[in-house]
Amino acid sequence: MIYHSSMLPLAAVCISLLATVPILLSDCKPNLRESWTLLAGIGKFLLVASMLPAVLSGHGFVFTLAEVVPEVPIQLRVDAMGMFFALVASFLWICTSLYSIGYMRTLEEHNQTRYFASFTMAIAATIGVAFSANLLTLYLFYEMLSLATYPLVTHECNADARTSGRKYLTYILGTSIGLVLPAMIITYALTGTLDFTAGGILAGKASAATLTLLLVMFLVGFAKAAIMPMHGWLPAAMVAPTPVSSFLHGVAVVKVGVFSIVRIILGIFGPGLLQNLDLGVIITTLASITVLVASLVALTQDNLKRRLAYSTIGQLSYMVLGIGMLSAAGMTGGILHIAMHAFGKITLFFCAGAIYVASGKKYISEMDGLGRRMPITYGAFLLGALSIIGVPPLGGFISKWNLLSGTIESGQWILLLVLLTSSLLNAAYFLPIVYRGVFAGTGGNGSPVEIREAPLFCLIPLTATALLSVGLFFFPDVFLELVHIAVFR
Amino acid sequence: MNTPNLHLYVLAAPLLTAFAVNLLGRVSRTWIGPLVLGALTFSAGGALMTLLHVLREGAFRYTIGNWQPPLGIELVVDPLSALMLLLVSAVALLATSSALKSVAHELPGREHLFFTLYMILIAGLLGLVLTGDAFNLYVLLEITAITTYGLIAMGSGRAALSSFNYIIMGSIGACFYLLGVGYLYILTGTLNMADIAQILPGLDAPAAIATAFAFLMVGLWVKMGLFPLHVWLPNAYSQAPTGAGAMIAPLMTKVTIYLMIRVMFSIFSPDYTFLAHAGIQAGIVWAASLAIMCASGLALAQRNLRRMLTYILVAEVAYMVGGVWLANGTGITGAILHIVNDAMMTLCLFLAAAAIIYRTGSLEFDRLNGLYRRMPVTMAAFTVGAFSMIGVPPTCGFFSKWYLILGAVRAGHPEFVTALLISSLINAVLFFRIIELAYFQPASDLSRSEPQQAGEAPLLMLSPLLLSAVALVAIGLGSGPLIENIIRLAMPPGFAP
Repeated sequence: MIYHSSMLPLAAVCISLLATVPILLSDCKPNLRESWTLLAGIGKFLLVASMLPAVLSGHGFVFTLAEVVPEVPIQLRVDAMGMFFALVASFLWICTSLYSIGYMRTLEEHNQTRYFASFTMAIAATIGVAFSANLLTLYLFYEMLSLATYPLVTHECNADARTSGRKYLTYILGTSIGLVLPAMIITYALTGTLDFTAGGILAGKASAATLTLLLVMFLVGFAKAAIMPMHGWLPAAMVAPTPVSSFLHGVAVVKVGVFSIVRIILGIFGPGLLQNLDLGVIITTLASITVLVASLVALTQDNLKRRLAYSTIGQLSYMVLGIGMLSAAGMTGGILHIAMHAFGKITLFFCAGAIYVASGKKYISEMDGLGRRMPITYGAFLLGALSIIGVPPLGGFISKWNLLSGTIESGQWILLLVLLTSSLLNAAYFLPIVYRGVFAGTGGNGSPVEIREAPLFCLIPLTATALLSVGLFFFPDVFLELVHIAVFR
Repeated sequence: MNTPNLHLYVLAAPLLTAFAVNLLGRVSRTWIGPLVLGALTFSAGGALMTLLHVLREGAFRYTIGNWQPPLGIELVVDPLSALMLLLVSAVALLATSSALKSVAHELPGREHLFFTLYMILIAGLLGLVLTGDAFNLYVLLEITAITTYGLIAMGSGRAALSSFNYIIMGSIGACFYLLGVGYLYILTGTLNMADIAQILPGLDAPAAIATAFAFLMVGLWVKMGLFPLHVWLPNAYSQAPTGAGAMIAPLMTKVTIYLMIRVMFSIFSPDYTFLAHAGIQAGIVWAASLAIMCASGLALAQRNLRRMLTYILVAEVAYMVGGVWLANGTGITGAILHIVNDAMMTLCLFLAAAAIIYRTGSLEFDRLNGLYRRMPVTMAAFTVGAFSMIGVPPTCGFFSKWYLILGAVRAGHPEFVTALLISSLINAVLFFRIIELAYFQPASDLSRSEPQQAGEAPLLMLSPLLLSAVALVAIGLGSGPLIENIIRLAMPPGFAP
């Protein structure tokens, strides 16, 4: 890949960061405020998309913000991997903004200005992570994302939110300062650089024991990826308003964790080094345990958002599992699942929010017969669920197919078993929700008549993401191409 | 002999203003503000030009009145002292702007007395930074100490008692330092640092030299409040008048760290300091690590914002002592960078505290409820300062911590790495506790009942606060050039960042 110096990456990161100012200033004019949010969102997506053709043809962009540490500047660099993630995040951000407007206004939430301002900062940090050229820059944006999401997680400002906020920070900030920071400094002390380099920078620089320790520190330290036992913050963070859960805890924050791990494995360690030292097994073991345990726990959750949260924990480890296989198909599947799961899971969360907006219900056991009142929402929910289970013709099938062929390619039959078991469990915890919504509760007078579909601002985004999940099955080319460039070059 | 005299005016401006403030301030209070701000703006500008001059032309020595050493007093203007000169004058300028308001609020009618002591203190700090004479250093140390005692005693409540405690501990520290200088004088017959440094290696009196070194070090450690010699510091700094605390807390400890570096490398040599006594270097790093943990732990127990900050300050002192004693270039770079960064972070946080106390009258934790709503700008700046203390990039606190940890990794001191990380985590707990209090207010505490307390502090307090918050990010992003162009030149010979 050939890199050209350009302001485009900076503009893509900063456009929403700058938008916080007019958002804060138009506190009293909600329509103007939301226009700024949407404007920033669309602008960001267009900026990211404008770089896509160049990236596909093997050209990247680079921008150095400041020289802070010898050999490690704060630098933005657009490559295939970053473009892949930024494309997904910046597109879904537009959907989420629309959805937020419908959700927050219908529920007449307080402090909406703070909410929208924090949200724009969070998306800026997310794109920053995607375009980070080295580990230090990634760490910077990673921390920025943690701090920008704190006001969102604690939005309700009650005792519950306070406890969850504490848990959130303890896990996220505790691990990033306590594990990632020292691991990063040790890496720098060993190699003198932190640049994400194809093939890694650590080969031949340290003993196997040191490298193993570093790998574990990074895996556990990026707690946003929610690999067990660092998953506890994610269900707790569900106290946030649903748009936050859907975008940040279904897409941006958690995938920033996975993305960081991908960067570490591809750019810092290098698959070759991990293969030589046989360290992939550490990654796949941790991920397999998480996949199975999270799916089992999800079965027991009655709170819809918590069930989705545990499902997310499991699905995140699919991605980590795919990367950990260190085979081409496995890595392709793992990275691809970032996008496929994003579209599916955001649909599911949007639906959960729409149900809450329309009926005020949070628990699955209360949702009997609701599907007949909200057919569009339930239809979208079904599509999202099927995509995550991995049924064709939905996007999730493609990533799961790659993951499965990855296990076969590398002969890791146990992992094949893990993936298949987990798919069954996914079906077991998603399909009953739809079933109860559509078929249960016919006997009694069922749900009150006045429950209708959620407002259009909620409905349009969730329909769009559900349909896109289908679309991604038929047209996954752009994403596949980007992943291939990222994995093979 | 044609050396520029600018640095001398930097020093003289606050000193002369001190007397002008006393005389004219008696006549009319309105004179005080323009006088002190004018003098300090002049000093800061002069310090900046001095720094640029040094970077362009290299370090130089200046003899006051052209009396040659060893009899005359020599000032040393090298990259490190010029950097400190700029730091002290800039921090003092920002702190003074806020102090004008808070002193008028807390000590009505005594402003001229306050600012007389205050300006002498600043002159003393500037002198400490420049002096190249070991005894002169003692005199200036006492000047700063005595003015500080006076300033602290002007506080309310138990401030007088705290000041008395400080007098006792401060005098002990000064005695230690003076004894050390005495030994050196007996050994070498001179008080000029450069001369002493030249004579010492040729002497065959290891025990006497070691004694002198130990006395000097311990004396300075008492003065800087290195745990467990810190007991005077939290009371003194938290009970001082707000305006005094916001200047003393950022500067006093940092200047003393600078003096420690001077004694270690300009009077003694790095070889002597680090290698002459087996185990001392490693022992001090261990002690600093423990000090960091203990001070951070004590900070957790505080229920008052300013007291909490003073314990964090005690921990930060140990950061820098440990960093210097790591005995490698990276650690020393981290320590010097942290002198700059910690001065700015402490300034930012104390200015925020000053603004809060100006509006609400209290810094007890239970009075901080709902501050994000009542004083959003102040709390935004406070949050930046807090992030810098925790070490969140791109604020400057992250980068000095980076160098300190990297230095510890390279020097093979895992205990120091651990201490720094734990202290960062504790800082996160400490500051998020405050942020939580200020962010989640109980519905009953909406300041409807006390409308006069709502709102931001006056602009004179707010603008330096915002400037210092912006500086935290700017210094963080500029830390590469800062190290490359200034701190690299300020390193003792043989060390590189």
